[in-house]
Amino acid sequence: MPAEVKERQYQGKVHQLSRDMMNAWMAQLARANETGEPTGAIMISGNCVELLRVFDIHPIFPEVTALQNAIRHQSLPLILKAEEVGYSSDNCAYVKADMGLFLSGGMGPGTKMPYPTVTLCNYVGCNVYVKWFEHLAAATGSELFMLDVPFLRTSEPTAADVRYVVKQIEELIAVLERISKKKFDIDKLREILRYSVRAEEGYARSKDLCKGSPAPFDSFFDAINMMGPINVLRGTREAADFFDEAVKEFEGMVAEGVGPLSEERFRMVVEGPPPYPYYRSFRNLFTKWGAVAVASTYSTVGGIWEWGFRHDPARPLESIAEQMLTENLTNRSIVARYGQIKRYVEEWKADCLVIHSIKSCRLFSAGQGDMREYFTKELGVPTLLVESDLEDPRYYAEAQLRNRIDAFFESLEHKKLVAA
Amino acid sequence: MKVEQTIERCRELIAEPLGAIAERWKESHPGGRAVACFPVWSPAEVIHAGGMLPLGLLGAGATVELTHADSRFQSFVCSIAKSSLELGFQGLLKGVDGLVFSNICDVARNLSSIYKRNFPHFHVDYLHLAQNSTSGGVADYMADELRRLARGFEEAFGVRVTEPSLAKSIELYNAIRARIRGLYAFRIAEPQKLSTVELYQILRAATQAPPEETLSRLDDLAAELPDREGRPKDRIRVVVEGAFCEQPPLGLLEVLEEAGCYIVEDDLFLGWRWFTSDVPADGDPFRALGQSYVDRAVPSCTRHEGREPRAKGLIEKVRRSRADAVIFTPPKFCEPALFDFVPMRQGLEREGIPQLLVEFEEKMWTFERTRNEIETFVESMLFD
Repeated sequence: MPAEVKERQYQGKVHQLSRDMMNAWMAQLARANETGEPTGAIMISGNCVELLRVFDIHPIFPEVTALQNAIRHQSLPLILKAEEVGYSSDNCAYVKADMGLFLSGGMGPGTKMPYPTVTLCNYVGCNVYVKWFEHLAAATGSELFMLDVPFLRTSEPTAADVRYVVKQIEELIAVLERISKKKFDIDKLREILRYSVRAEEGYARSKDLCKGSPAPFDSFFDAINMMGPINVLRGTREAADFFDEAVKEFEGMVAEGVGPLSEERFRMVVEGPPPYPYYRSFRNLFTKWGAVAVASTYSTVGGIWEWGFRHDPARPLESIAEQMLTENLTNRSIVARYGQIKRYVEEWKADCLVIHSIKSCRLFSAGQGDMREYFTKELGVPTLLVESDLEDPRYYAEAQLRNRIDAFFESLEHKKLVAA
Repeated sequence: MKVEQTIERCRELIAEPLGAIAERWKESHPGGRAVACFPVWSPAEVIHAGGMLPLGLLGAGATVELTHADSRFQSFVCSIAKSSLELGFQGLLKGVDGLVFSNICDVARNLSSIYKRNFPHFHVDYLHLAQNSTSGGVADYMADELRRLARGFEEAFGVRVTEPSLAKSIELYNAIRARIRGLYAFRIAEPQKLSTVELYQILRAATQAPPEETLSRLDDLAAELPDREGRPKDRIRVVVEGAFCEQPPLGLLEVLEEAGCYIVEDDLFLGWRWFTSDVPADGDPFRALGQSYVDRAVPSCTRHEGREPRAKGLIEKVRRSRADAVIFTPPKFCEPALFDFVPMRQGLEREGIPQLLVEFEEKMWTFERTRNEIETFVESMLFD
C-alpha cells in the first residue's frame, strides 16, 4: 500500500485573499440594504456584471448565496420551506434554497441580503434561470429584465444573434440609467473592462500552470477560490490585483515543485459542479488516492478564458455580447463540452475523467451517460460517473460514493502497476 | 364520414410508428423528406413549405422498452426524452430524415445534441426561440432564426423554401388551427359530445399526417359533431394543465373523465395550436411567423412572457371555459411545468379556484390511485 496522501494546507494566501474579498462584497450588499443603494440580481453563467458596475449597481448573485448556505449546512431548511409552498422535489435546489431564503425572511429589509432593485436574467443556456428570476422578481417586486442570449447552436453565433444581444444590451442600459439615475459612461465601461481583461488573463494563466506536474492547485476543489473573483468581482481593480497575486503564488509553487497534496498520483478532469453541502467530505474521497483535478468544466460556467478570449475595451458592447454567446460553458451544447473535456485530457495530460452528476442542474447532467459512453468507448479514457447534488444534502450518499470512487482508483492503480 | 369512423382512423394512425408513417408517405412522394418536431412549438409551416412532411416526435409512451437510452440519461430525467432517444436506437424513426428541437428546457437542449452525435444521418436543428418578447430586436431575430432553419433544410435536402410557398403553408396551417379552435369551442359548449380522449386522438393524428389530410378530417368533424348524441352527465368542468410536452397515457385521460370530470380546456399539443389568431398572410412570411410566435402566443411554461404573470393566462382559461377547477398534470421531472405550478397555484388560490396536482409519466399503466384521488376531489366539489 502506497504512503498515505495528505492535503497540504498551501492555499493560505489565495484562499484568504478570496475569502476577504468576497466578505467585503457581502458587506457592501448589507450596507446597500441599509442605504437603499441600487442592487441588481444576476446569474453567474456568461454574465455581464460589468454593465451593473458601470452604473454603481451592486451585483447580487443568488447562486452564490445558495451555495454559501449549502457550504454552511444551512440549505436544507430553506429547501424544505420552498417545498412547503409547492416547489417539487424535482426542481433545482438552488432555486428552492433562494426562494426559501425569501420565504424565511432571510432577505429584504433588516437582513444582510437586499431585495434586488433590478432582476437581470442573463438567460445564457440555463432554462431554469428564466423561471428562477421570474419567481424572484415577482416575490421581491423588483423590475425584471430578460436578456435573451441565443444558444450557440451553430459553430459561430449568427450575425442576427449578435445584433439581437447587442440591441438588448442597449435596451438594458436604458433601464439601468433610469434605475441608477446615472448616464451611461462608455469610458467608464472601458476602464472596467480593462480590469476584467487583467483578471481573465490571470485566471487563464493560473489554469495553464496546472499543465505541469504536480499541478499547483486543484482545478476543481480549489478553483472555487478563483471563481468568486472572476465571476462576481470581475471588472474591479481588486479582482485584477487578486489574480496577479494568485499567478505569482502558483508560479512560485511550480518552481518549488509542490502541489495541493503531498503527492500527485492521479491527474483527473472533473465534470459537473461540486456537492456544496459535503464539499470537504467529497474532496477527501479523492485526496486519499492522491487524485488532483488538473482541469474542470465547472470552473468555466462564468467564462472560458483558457482558450484566449478576452473582453475588448475597444468594442465594449460587442465583446460583452460575444462572451455571453460563445465564451462560457453553459451556452454551449453538451457535446461541445465533450470537446472541451477532450482538450483538457490531452493538453493537461489527465489520467481519467470524473463526472459528478447532480440532480438539480439538468443543463449540466442530462445526458452525462452519453458522455461516459463517448470517453470510455470511443476515446478509451477511464471515466467514473457518480451522482449527488450541489445544494440538497438529501442526495449525498457518502458510503456509495466512497465505494465507487475507491473501486475506480483501485482499478486505475492496478492498471498503472501492470503498465509499469 | 361519421365521427366514430373518423376517430377510429385517428386511433389507427397514432398506433403506427413514426418511421412507418414517413415511409408510407414517401411511397406516394418519391424523393420526399420527413421532419419530426420535438415539443413544444416548431414551425411546421417551414417544413411543409419545402415540400416535406412535418411530424411530431412525441416519445414512445409505453410502446418501447428502454434498452439504450437509460444508460444515456439518468433516472431523474423525464421519460419523453429517454423514449424519444430510444426510438432512434431501435430504428423506429427509419424514414424520418430530420429532427427539430428548441429551447423549451435543459433536457431537450441536451437531447438535441446527443441525437446529433449518436445519429449523424439525421439532419438535426435546434431553434433558439425568443424569450424576450418586448425587445425592439425580437421580430428581426425570429425572422432570421426561421430563415436559418429553412436554409438548413435547403442545404441538407436540396429542397427550396420560398416566401410564396411559406405564405401558402401558413394559410393551410391557419385553417387547421382555426378548425382546432372550433373543436375546443365546441367541447366547451357541449363536452358531452366530444370527450377529451377523442379530442386527444384527433390532435395527435394531426401530428402524424399530412396537413391537407388533417384539414379534410377536421372539416368532416366540424360538420358531423353538432348532430352527435350525448347526454350531459353530473360532472365537474375542469382545465387540465401541464401535459404540453410529455404525452399523458390515454388511460390517464380516461380516468379523469370517468372519475367525474369534463375536461373543457387543456394544454395538450399546445405547440400545434400555438397562435391565438391567424398568422398574417401578407408581407414577409418568415417575419409574420416569427413575430406571431411572440405576439400571438398562447400562455406557455416554455416561453417567458414579460407582459403578463403566468397565472393570469390560466385564470382566463378557467373563466373562458366556465371551468370549476384546475387539475395540474405535470410530467414527472418536468421542470418548466413544476416551476410554473407554484405561481399558477398561488394565482388560483387568490381567485378561489380549486385545484389538484396529479403527476404522471408517459409509461404509467396503472391508474387506480389516480382514479381514487380524482373521485375524492370531484366528490368534494359536487357535494360541498
